[in-house]
Parts: sequence; structure tokens; C-alpha cells
Amino acid sequence: MNARDPSLFVRLRRRLQRWGAHPEARKYPAADTAITAIPLPPTLTLPLAQHIGAPAQPVVRAGDRVLRGQLIAQGAGKVSAPLHAPTSGTVVGIVDVPVPHPSKLPAPALIIACDGLDEACPAEGADPFTLSPGEIAQRVADAGIVGLGGATFPSAVKLSLGRDQPIPTLILNGGECEPYLSCDDRLMQERAGQVVDGARIILRAIGGERALIGVESNKPAAIAALREAAGGHADVRVVPVPSRYPMGSEKQLIAWLTGREVPSEGRSADIGVMVHNVATAAAIHRAIRHGEPLTSRIVTVAGGTVRTPRNLEVRIGTPISALVAFCGGLTATPTRLVMGGPMMGVAVDSLEIPVIKASGGVLALGPDEVAAPDASAACIRCGACVGACPIGLLPLEIAARIRGDDLPGSAALGLKDCIGCGTCAFVCPSRIPLVQYFNHAKGELAARERDRLRQESIRELVQARAARMEREAREKAEAAARRKAEREKAKAAAARKPEEVSA
Amino acid sequence: MLSAIISLSVLGVLLGLVLGVAAQRFRVEADGAEAEFMAMLPGTNCGQCGYPGCAGAAAALASGEGRADCCPPGGKALAAALAHRLGVELDTSALAEQGPRVASVREEICIGCTKCFKACPTDAVLGAVKQIHAVIREACTGCAKCEPICPTGAIDLEPVPVTPQTWVWPRPVDARAPKPALV
Repeated sequence: MNARDPSLFVRLRRRLQRWGAHPEARKYPAADTAITAIPLPPTLTLPLAQHIGAPAQPVVRAGDRVLRGQLIAQGAGKVSAPLHAPTSGTVVGIVDVPVPHPSKLPAPALIIACDGLDEACPAEGADPFTLSPGEIAQRVADAGIVGLGGATFPSAVKLSLGRDQPIPTLILNGGECEPYLSCDDRLMQERAGQVVDGARIILRAIGGERALIGVESNKPAAIAALREAAGGHADVRVVPVPSRYPMGSEKQLIAWLTGREVPSEGRSADIGVMVHNVATAAAIHRAIRHGEPLTSRIVTVAGGTVRTPRNLEVRIGTPISALVAFCGGLTATPTRLVMGGPMMGVAVDSLEIPVIKASGGVLALGPDEVAAPDASAACIRCGACVGACPIGLLPLEIAARIRGDDLPGSAALGLKDCIGCGTCAFVCPSRIPLVQYFNHAKGELAARERDRLRQESIRELVQARAARMEREAREKAEAAARRKAEREKAKAAAARKPEEVSA
Repeated sequence: MLSAIISLSVLGVLLGLVLGVAAQRFRVEADGAEAEFMAMLPGTNCGQCGYPGCAGAAAALASGEGRADCCPPGGKALAAALAHRLGVELDTSALAEQGPRVASVREEICIGCTKCFKACPTDAVLGAVKQIHAVIREACTGCAKCEPICPTGAIDLEPVPVTPQTWVWPRPVDARAPKPALV
């Protein structure tokens, strides 16, 4: 199959894909501004859980001096990622701070007081083509790289999947279908070489044959820059994809580019495809070639109340107030503050929340950019959500099951395949908060599963205790019987020799 | 005399045979519900349900007397599973409010008497004589057996804190519109 000339099958599959929605893009004027690094803030706040999996374990103490790139918290367990100091300074301590999470619960974070010197740890790059695939994955793991598209799954875990099964196709996700965001667009324009080199490094790590970079057609400058950078490499191709939400979702991009579907509750590796975000590829390039861990990312600051929307390169841990201040501040009090995109991002309460590895955008939205908070009406069964769902689920039916407390029923209708993109809620004329129903049900099902596993482990503990008590009782009885027998023997001996008095 | 003995014996043997064959042929399997409930319950015999241990609770459930939400350490998951097995409707939203609890030892007043250590059905208390005891949170079911035993009142049951990792999105507020009353 050739990406320049897709097979009839792929073209037919594309014709049949009618999912999605077209929210207003609103990417300008931020998308026209070059990436600018912002000055260091006085303190950085680094939450220990910035990735999917177990939170990182701190390895520094309050008062320690750290250098840029130094390990400050290590990954805990198989699916986890370490954290590195984004600049030089002193560790203040670990405190619970507000983090960008829908629960609005505080979470532990390392606080670093910056000294302004930005002194770096010695770093050593390597030629990826002299490293083994395992060594590449290890270096990516050590650099704390996670999926920068927002999912924050540890990238090294994905890279080592290539060891177990053949993954011939790598797809780099340059979709960036969320409105407002242009951080990936700017990255592809300005650092196309890093993206293409990152793609070739990942190909080597997973033993892949070809890399497709899917970019939405509303980013012609990015496509041109990537094509130029990929010119000399036959294994890397840039493929424009239509601008449609959620084209930047892994499953949708795979279906569009290869004509194949990820199986239900399966992984893309099951069909020989792996997807990484373009920003992740650039981070992998920097980690391997220059030995730089992931300590900064590009963030789009936009929204109606931001004076000059733009793209910034920001150290992880910078409070979003510093980003907003660098963009000229706010023209009015924002109606809603969002971290990430407007479709899948997290609403936050305070400007003191830090930028984390997942934060692609900081949006300060005005009243005309936020839907009026009027209550949702009853479902009119119009089926708009069914047509819009990119996975082909029946959102109205799943939501009805959840409303009726039938969570197993909702799971049977494919709730676990829902990617939470929000297209159904976006097109719903009754404004039913469908995604919240699905998120609630997913969380509840996961909690029940955790409870069940816990019950099982506790039953094991009870059985182990019962077995121990029985063994102890038996041993006690045996010992008592032995002592009694000895006493009897002594008594008998004493009876035979009356001159010997038993004690 | 002899005929009476013979006829009664023959009658007895015949009837015994009939009963024996019937017992074999028309044997009814025990419904096993009690054993099934026993397998579902935690088996810690904490007594929070008010029945004599998990076996008592299983018997009560099997006889239709016990409620599906009788087991506090089992939580929502067990209540839902029991309700499903019993074929009854259960409103699990009320259970969510209490939430799971775990024991914790107030170290400043623990005297290291090992009483809680011996009472714990899951070996969740760690300690030795005259040493401060500690609770392994992962193994504690919140059964509260240790709480009344402690001579200094050093054991408290605390709700398990909700973290971003265990937090669950709330249901949309307008989810359960009040149903119109049937007249």
C-alpha cells in the first residue's frame, strides 16, 4: 500500500467515514506567532503524577540544589515516568497543590525555587543508529517522555511493544484537531527536522518500515516544512488529512491513513500500527541526540480575554499566570479557564495551576466563547450523536443505560471503546452532557473492578490467616501431647524407682 | 405371630426399597445459594452486618431475610453483586456516602498491647509487644473489630481519602429527574 496513491480499499473506507464535527477552528492569531521562550518564574511546581500510571517517587530532599535536567523523581513501577528539574535551583519541599485535574483535588508536587542561573547537568547525546532498540527505549524512559498530545502515556512503554509483535507502520499525529491550539502546528513549521528525525528514531526502536505523518490540511505551512525535512528519507512520508474533529484521535487517524480499524478494547499495535504525537517525536529526538530530558513544552495561550494570543515554550511547572502575563495579561475576567483544548481540556479555577507535560494550551475564554449554562433538555432521539460518534457507538442509548443505573448494559454497548472526544455532546441539540455520563460510568466501572480485586486479595489474606491459626493450634497441641508423654514417662520411671523423686 | 412378623418385615423391606430408589432417582440438588453467598462475602467474620459471621450472613441472605447491602466492608461492588444474585433492585447511591474506611493507629497513645494485632482477621495490623502498631492500609477492610478492643482507644476508623487517581466523575446533576407519582 502506497500512501501517495492509496488503494481502492482505503479510498472506499474514507468515503464511508461520516463521523465527526466541525467546530470553529479559531487558531488565529496564535497560529501566526513564532514559538517564544518565556523567562524563568521564581518557583516551579512539579506535580508527581503528570502521566498515566503510578505517580513518580521523589529522590531529592528539601534544601537540595538541583541542576537543569537532573532527576528529581523516578518512575514507580512498569507504567510510570520520571521527572527532571526544568532549571537549576533549590528544592523547597513536597506540598499538596491544586493541579489540572477535573476533580479539583490537590495532589503532591515538588517545589523548586529557581536561582536564575539555569545551570545544566552534563548531558550526553548519541547516534540512535548505533543504539539497539532496547537502548533507545531505555533512554526515552529515562528522559521522562510521555505522550505530549495530552494522553501522557509513557512513550517508552509503547516503544518496547515492538519487541513482542511486528509494528511495520508508525504514524505521527500532527492532526491537532482541537480548536484554538496551534502548538503542534508551530512545532512542525519551526522544528520539522526534529520531528522527522524523531520519527526515524522511533522507527528504529520499534523495527518499523515506514512512518506516515498525518497533518490536517488546514496547516499548509507545516505540511510544506515537513515535506522539505522528509525529502531525503524514503521511509518518512507526510500525508494531509481533512480538517475534522476528532481527526487527531489515534483510532481515527489510523482508520483514515491505513483503512484499518483498531479492534474493540484492543491496541493499535494489534494491527501493526503505532501512533505518537509530533511533539513526542521531537522530544525523543532531543532526548536521544542531545541527552536532554523532557523539561519544557510548547503551549498555546489563547482565548477571547487574552490580550495577545501566542505560542510559548514553557518550562514544566511554570504557573499559568506567568504565561498569561507574558501574553500581555487579560482584558477581562475570563468566564472559563481551560487547560488543554476546548473539547477535551480541563476547566481550572486558578491562575496558579502549573503547566504539566499534558498541557498543550491555556485558554482564557470570554462569555461569548462558552455555552450558556442552561440545563439540558430531554433526549429527542434525533440521532445526531450517533452520526457524529467517530467510533460508531450509540451515545444516546449508552447514556440512557447509565441514567437507569445499568452500567453493565452500557459496557455491553461499547462504553469502553468511547474515546471521550465530546463530539456527541457538541452536536447534541438538547445539550445533554453525554461525555460526563460516560466519564462517570467509566470511573464507576473501574472503581467496582478495583473493589472486586481488593475483595479477592482480602479473601486470600483471611484464608492464609485461618491456615496459620490452624497450624499454630496443631503445633501447640502436638507440643502439649509431647510434654504430657514426657511427664508420664518420668512418672512411670519414678514409680519403678521409688527412691528417685520426680521433680 | 410368625405371619405378622414376616408380613411386616416384607412390607418394611419393600417400602424401604421404594424410598431408597426414589431418593436416588428423584434426588433434588441442594440449591447451594448459601455456599454461593459465602463465596461472595469477604470471609472476615467482622460481624458488622449483625449476623454471626459471614456464614450467618450467607444463611440470612439465602433465606431471604438479609439485605443485599448488609456488608459494609464489601462496599458498593459487593452490594451490587448480591442484589444481582438476589434479583432485587438496590439503590447503591446511598452506600457511596459512607464510602470505604480504614483503621489507623494513633501512635502517641498506642501502648503496644498486641490486642488489635490478634483480633485483625486480615493480618492488617503490624506490631509486637511494647512496640507501636501500624495498619497496612491495603490489607485493612475497615471491619472495625480492632476499634472496641483497644484499651487506650488509639484506633480510629477513617474514610479512605479520595485522590485524583481514585476520583470518579459525578453523575450529571439533572440525571435522575423525579418520576411522576403514580396515582
